[in-house]
Amino acid sequence: MRVAPGTVGGSQRGRWLLALLLALVTPVAGARAQTPEDGFAAALAELREADFPSKEAIIERLSASGHRAVQPVLSAFLEDRLFVRTADARIVIAKSADEALTELELVDPVSLADAGRAMPAELSKIGTNNRLRRVLRTTIAHFSLASTDAAVRLAAVQDMLRSVDATTLELLRERSQVEQDARVQRAIATGLALAELDEMDPERRLAAVAILSDRISADVRNRLAVLIEKTPDGAFAETDERVRKAAETAVRSIDSYQSLYSGIETLFFGLSLGSVLVLVAIGLAITFGVMGVINMAHGELMMLGAYTTYVVQLAMPNHLGASIPVAIPAAFIVAGLAGVLLERTVIRFLYGRPLETLLATFGVSLVLQQLVRSVFSANNRAVATPAWMSGTLVVNDALAITYNRLYIVIFTLAVFGILLVVLRRTRLGLEIRAVAQNRAMARAMGIRSTWVDALTFGLGSGIAGIAGVALSQLTNVGPNLGQAYIIDSFMVVVFGGVGNLWGTLIGGLSLGIVNKLLEPFAGAVLGKIVVLVALILFIQRRPRGLFPQTGRAAEGS
Amino acid sequence: MLRPLADLWSTLRRDRADLAFLAVLAVAAILVPVLNQLVPVSSPLHVSTYVLTLLGKYLCYAILALAVDLVWGFGGILSLGHAAFFALGGYAMGMYLMRQIGTRGVYGNPLLPDFMVFLNWTELPWFWLGFDRFPFALVMIGLAPGTLAFVFAWLAFRSRVTGVYLSIITQALTYALMLAFFRNDMGFGGNNGFTDFKDLLGFDLQEDGTRVALIVATILALAMSFCACRLIVSSRAGRVLRAIRDAESRTRFLGYSVESYKLWVFVFSAVMAGVAGALYVPQVGIINPSEFSPINSIEVVIWVAVGGRGTLYGAAVGAILVNYAKTFLTGALPEVWLYALGIMFVLVTLFLPRGLMGLVPAAARAK
Repeated sequence: MRVAPGTVGGSQRGRWLLALLLALVTPVAGARAQTPEDGFAAALAELREADFPSKEAIIERLSASGHRAVQPVLSAFLEDRLFVRTADARIVIAKSADEALTELELVDPVSLADAGRAMPAELSKIGTNNRLRRVLRTTIAHFSLASTDAAVRLAAVQDMLRSVDATTLELLRERSQVEQDARVQRAIATGLALAELDEMDPERRLAAVAILSDRISADVRNRLAVLIEKTPDGAFAETDERVRKAAETAVRSIDSYQSLYSGIETLFFGLSLGSVLVLVAIGLAITFGVMGVINMAHGELMMLGAYTTYVVQLAMPNHLGASIPVAIPAAFIVAGLAGVLLERTVIRFLYGRPLETLLATFGVSLVLQQLVRSVFSANNRAVATPAWMSGTLVVNDALAITYNRLYIVIFTLAVFGILLVVLRRTRLGLEIRAVAQNRAMARAMGIRSTWVDALTFGLGSGIAGIAGVALSQLTNVGPNLGQAYIIDSFMVVVFGGVGNLWGTLIGGLSLGIVNKLLEPFAGAVLGKIVVLVALILFIQRRPRGLFPQTGRAAEGS
Repeated sequence: MLRPLADLWSTLRRDRADLAFLAVLAVAAILVPVLNQLVPVSSPLHVSTYVLTLLGKYLCYAILALAVDLVWGFGGILSLGHAAFFALGGYAMGMYLMRQIGTRGVYGNPLLPDFMVFLNWTELPWFWLGFDRFPFALVMIGLAPGTLAFVFAWLAFRSRVTGVYLSIITQALTYALMLAFFRNDMGFGGNNGFTDFKDLLGFDLQEDGTRVALIVATILALAMSFCACRLIVSSRAGRVLRAIRDAESRTRFLGYSVESYKLWVFVFSAVMAGVAGALYVPQVGIINPSEFSPINSIEVVIWVAVGGRGTLYGAAVGAILVNYAKTFLTGALPEVWLYALGIMFVLVTLFLPRGLMGLVPAAARAK
């Protein structure tokens, strides 16, 4: 009594006939069914009173009706969101099944239009049992398999593979005849081959192993590994030797693929950690590298950026998705202004005395920390992650990349690129470089060096603020946020070579990657210690970092 | 034996402040035991155990500050990792004190400290051997920080890592050590460190008598460190050191082996810091990896800057004053403490480049 999915979506007349036919053969079909609309509504209405066996029959009728609301209704049924309203005995769907809600938003199951709201007490649930839920799942999967969206079909196949039985296999076989999408076809083939492994005929098992040998999912690997294992009494679980050999080769090849992809994953983790390092260090590369100021308050400027994100989210609670794009310029301005203020009031008196700036800015960092403690309390603040930043990009069965890591890499490169353009291509950048190289000569050329100093420091601080926005998505936002990163950021700048932005980029990324490569062998903490010690030794060999400044610029510092 | 003493006397005579500083220490060494032991508790002049502990802590910090002033104020080496040497000395002393606990620990294991029993260790790691003997511990108090300082400084100075770069790698050093000591499998008690000490050389650490003796020992150590530093800086080597601070390349071109001067003064300073740490641990009663925290090292530099670098006594006075202010403010106005400390650093660096000692007129100091 299964209907090929293609015909369900057919012409109005075809569906009409089909519904009529179904209504006739279905034993419970007491109702007349002239139109799909009627048949659907009638079957639905019977759900109110039906017992479990008749519910099963009703599900079949519903799915056979071909009505456009079949899938939402069945999903709601499966997820316990299908209710009868006590007041008027009308069947409704709740938009959410959240128990915590005091009021549920309702949808009409036939028209799918809004149907007002109701308290949970005014509704009575249409119950399901295990058997019914399985029927529902298969029916929904059947519908999803017929979907025009390949992604929906893929999800349906993967869902079905979790519990393979005779019916689902039959469904998958049918689908594989007509499926056009390569990825869905491949997933179906995997499922069918997994089932074939249980066949009596060794030739068919061998063929199945051959199909599975280029899959990389852990499920397939584990299933194949069973074939080459011995049972407790010493005999092989798989009796045919050819199949065993093939399975062995397949497992080995899957393992090598998996280690390749886990290598790629580690590399990517390293890249994203390195991006964070670059991001926190790049502002310092300006203030420390270009201006020679050791700004111990750099971490606290990042903290200001992170708190700016928090405040922006407080101000626009209904537009979380937009909060990050708003917070980036806001944090740049807040931290940049703080930087300009710091330069004007403290740092400008200390040029040429880097060790004194270290002390003074350390004092400033203490004041800033206490400031946020006084304003926002000493507790960590919760900064939300917008929906578009969460989730994972699934490349294949062995490699999945979380979006926030991906975005941080892209974001870092963007910030770096913009900064490079500012320094290389704008008037301000030219003046910054001129003052850094030869202050007296720059002044003689009519550059207001004090003004440039303030702007340079503001630029570096603003970028620290932007880094803070990124950090707010990665770690806790609290008064100690800055301290956690200050040493790392100095390391990156010194490693890359002071006064060299490219050095900071390459230094940060390579430190991140080395850190992540060490982690599997040494553990996170020991890995970090190894990196620090290696860095100390590296600075002995090359005291001026990876890319030392040469020529006139080097003489000034 | 007499030559150095005579040298010291002639050096000290030249500076009234030096003599005043030593005199204050001498008075403290006599007055504190008297006020604690002989003056009755009811008297307002009585020095309580609490004050005794605080005072002991400040004095240890003063030794540490002296060590930093020696390398920074005279050698121009800004170390942001001196707390590491302090903590290493402290850990060496802590290991001795842990072994002294013996069967009095919670688990009553005669050989293993409690935390090792807790981690299911069955035997003492090799680097703990010998720490049941005080002379051995005493040697390690100097040897551990001294060796680390020697290796580190030898590598750094030989490659001519100077100025800001040196400061940053010293910071990395103490940071790496902090991370290492936080690990349980290092065998140093993980993040809990060592505590619950019972006695030192058989004297109960909770007794006022022991505490007074420790304070007197600390005052003596401070006075001796001070004299040693003064001798070093007023010697010919001290003049070379100052020359290195002011113009390193020029000194090198004049034929001095800049690296070895810097190396030895750095090692000496690290040993001093280690001694300070060793005196600190029995008085405070705990040592844990947070002592390695980079912030601690920066704070030491701040004490020296506030007191006045390049004066020695200024460093000691700065350490005591800033820490007194910290104790007072964190107790009375906890909200205000970080503001006060932060603003103090800014103001001192901006307006008092020579620290509080810069306020004392030169005429009053020189004879």
